[in-house]
Amino acid sequence: MAHAHTHDGVNHLDHSHDDHHHDKPTGIGRWLYATNHKDIGTMYLVFSLIMFFMGGAMAMVIRAELWSPGLQFVDPLFFNSMTTTHALLMIFGAVMPAFVGLANWMIPLQVGAPDMALPRMNNYSFWILPFAFTLLLSSFFTAGGGPAGGWTMYPPLALQAGTSFPLMIFAIHLMGASSIMGAINVIVTIMNMRAPGLTLLKLPIFCWAWLITAYLLIAVMPVLAGAVTMLLTDHYFGTSFFNPAGGGDPVMYQHIFWFFGHPEVYILILPAFGIVSEIIPTFSRKPLFGYEAMIYATASIAFLSFIVWAHHMFTTGMPLAGQMFFMMSTMLIAVPTGVKVFNWTTTMWKGSLTFEPPMLFSLAFLFLFTIGGFSGLMLAIAPADFQYQDTYFVVAHFHYVLVSGAVFAIMASVYYWLPKWTGHMYSMALAKTHFWLSAVFVNVLFFPQHFLGLAGMPRRIPDYNTQFTDWNRVSSLGGFVFGLSQILFVIVIIQCVRGGPKASAKVWDDATPEGLEWTVDSPAPYHSFETPPVITEENTHPSH
Amino acid sequence: MANAHTPADQGKYYVPHGSPWPFFGSVSLFVLMLGAALTLEGSDSIPGSYVLMAGFALIFVLFYGWFGKVIEENQAGMYNLDVDRSFRMGMMWFIFSEVMFFAAFFGALFYARNLSIPWLSGEGAKHATHALIWGSYEGGWPTNGPLKLGPHADGSFEKMDAVGLPAINTLLLLTSGVTITVAHHALRAGNRAVLSIFLALTFILGFIFVGCQALEYHEAYTERGLQLGTGIYGSTFFMLTGFHGLHVTIGAIMLTVIWLRTLKGHFTADNHFAFEAVAWYWHFVDVVWLGLFVFVYWL
Repeated sequence: MAHAHTHDGVNHLDHSHDDHHHDKPTGIGRWLYATNHKDIGTMYLVFSLIMFFMGGAMAMVIRAELWSPGLQFVDPLFFNSMTTTHALLMIFGAVMPAFVGLANWMIPLQVGAPDMALPRMNNYSFWILPFAFTLLLSSFFTAGGGPAGGWTMYPPLALQAGTSFPLMIFAIHLMGASSIMGAINVIVTIMNMRAPGLTLLKLPIFCWAWLITAYLLIAVMPVLAGAVTMLLTDHYFGTSFFNPAGGGDPVMYQHIFWFFGHPEVYILILPAFGIVSEIIPTFSRKPLFGYEAMIYATASIAFLSFIVWAHHMFTTGMPLAGQMFFMMSTMLIAVPTGVKVFNWTTTMWKGSLTFEPPMLFSLAFLFLFTIGGFSGLMLAIAPADFQYQDTYFVVAHFHYVLVSGAVFAIMASVYYWLPKWTGHMYSMALAKTHFWLSAVFVNVLFFPQHFLGLAGMPRRIPDYNTQFTDWNRVSSLGGFVFGLSQILFVIVIIQCVRGGPKASAKVWDDATPEGLEWTVDSPAPYHSFETPPVITEENTHPSH
Repeated sequence: MANAHTPADQGKYYVPHGSPWPFFGSVSLFVLMLGAALTLEGSDSIPGSYVLMAGFALIFVLFYGWFGKVIEENQAGMYNLDVDRSFRMGMMWFIFSEVMFFAAFFGALFYARNLSIPWLSGEGAKHATHALIWGSYEGGWPTNGPLKLGPHADGSFEKMDAVGLPAINTLLLLTSGVTITVAHHALRAGNRAVLSIFLALTFILGFIFVGCQALEYHEAYTERGLQLGTGIYGSTFFMLTGFHGLHVTIGAIMLTVIWLRTLKGHFTADNHFAFEAVAWYWHFVDVVWLGLFVFVYWL
């Protein structure tokens, strides 16, 4: 599958007339008309960071409102639009674009390709996003305010929205189109652009994780498009998909939505697995334990994600056989996930560990994601889930896997590769401060939500019973400090972009990271691997 | 045909210069979607339909400009086999995403027929709904639900039979699948006359299919009481056949463009990605129709 290049040597001498050896473009056109994977990756990452702060600001509104029982600052409808858009921004605006940005920057470098396979489509998939979110957020200024029926858009509630309804639906369509194009680009780049000799089982584990994620994206984003299209026609054109009076069923929406939704949560975590699987071996100074097992585990998780969706809907009253099936299949996911957690742990066993910021975030990921995984197992048990459904226990669960899981892995990856991108080292002290504040306060923020949920506090409600006040205050306090400490992240990044000690090609010299991305200079040259690199044992990730 | 300095000649993967089209495309989609939202909401201050039409116009310019550029580059010999393979893989996965889009609507059809309608009529796990709310509902298929939604006052409607127009349509599409294959073989054999005749036959069959669908819709709306609002049967019928018809229309337009390109002498026996991409797309549309014919019209 690797591409056939001519290696006659002569051709490489005359670069001046070559089409893709043009000078680095300047000005606004460099970004608007970009085709360079590094530029597009940067735009994705910056966009993701902006969305992370906007979504974070919404979370701050939620935590401020929940500081005390009763209504404090915002009216209930606005509160609900905060929970709805916070979720949409964080999922489709922050985490997914961050992963695509990382894919853009790193996959061509890791497979020895000159660029992504389809560079123009790459820019298309990025530029759709700011417009999609403009559409979504503009709904706050329409009659009836922003979408407030929850990010899952369940009918009939979602159908009762005002002008925000079509804006939200079309924004989702655009985000889906962007994701599908991004995923196609990742698949084609990995399958078609690898340097000769870089066989699939020599592929860096980050590429493997992204490859499997991309298949998930192409399989489920169109299903989401179908589901929201049915909402649209039910609302405007009199169809009865979700209307029992015409023979439809509102629960049918939940089935279609979660057929998308469950693979989607793995779309949000599998690239994180890939990142952590790159970082832990580096700072353990050992090869990844069980490289192939990691690939098979990731593929198993991806497959299982298609047959577990109804565990999100145990309380909708499905037949007993359905509850049993979805309970068992869900618990089965713990097996490949366990393989991964044990392999990361075993990678560190007898390793020579150091604790640079990327490693710290990866270790926090390992511990905290596992906590989220365990609460997921609790939620998988159908009879117990009747109690947990729609409580803060669920909120605690998915924030453990998404914030201290996915987001921590993204931060780990930024701290890992930032010197490769900018050519400068960043302030270790500041980055470690950022880590410790984040790691401590993410727990202060989310751990009490387990207690609140088990005690029966419902999610998505701006008011609560007075007995929940204390733990809500702890959680809000944790939220404010966690939120503020993310400003340190931005400071570290800006400082690193503007200057700092020169980073070497390997960046983490004494840890000898493996992979082609460490064979090019730091910062990585604007055009890298125009001729494919020679694959050796030293510059690839060993599979054995 | 190829000049000496193209990357393809140097065995290199062509990475394009900066291109305005992706950004232009994003603006076009934004205008299109905003126009659609405004039209649906019946905005007074901004005439939504004008914005919507502007969106469609921009999308047309986008396709013309972007694809025109790609065709120009291809004709200049800038693409080597690796680039060609990237395009092929990209098209295959795009078609797979389309399959999954249709899967959502087929899923809705199967769910309604096999689960929710039996439940509404008193079978299985959710019989309480039937007993408490829809006591007289008997289910079955086709159905427009317990409240018999639809244009007729008595809630009556007729389903679309498989024999008649749908059977003719099946024949049309299957024949077009054959004609495009003949065209493909002719292209590979270098027989340009056969190529353009059979390619023309293919899109003519496609447009006839769309015409027949229009006749069928007209009959459904005016004579059978079968409309989008005719309960779950009308919803699944029109959404499935409607999205399919949209894809046939797009496919037939693509075939027409390909045909015009063959008349200009584009494509060679071993370099005709666009032709194959359209052929795959056409076969995909064909297969979806077979699913529709079996599950929507026949069973």
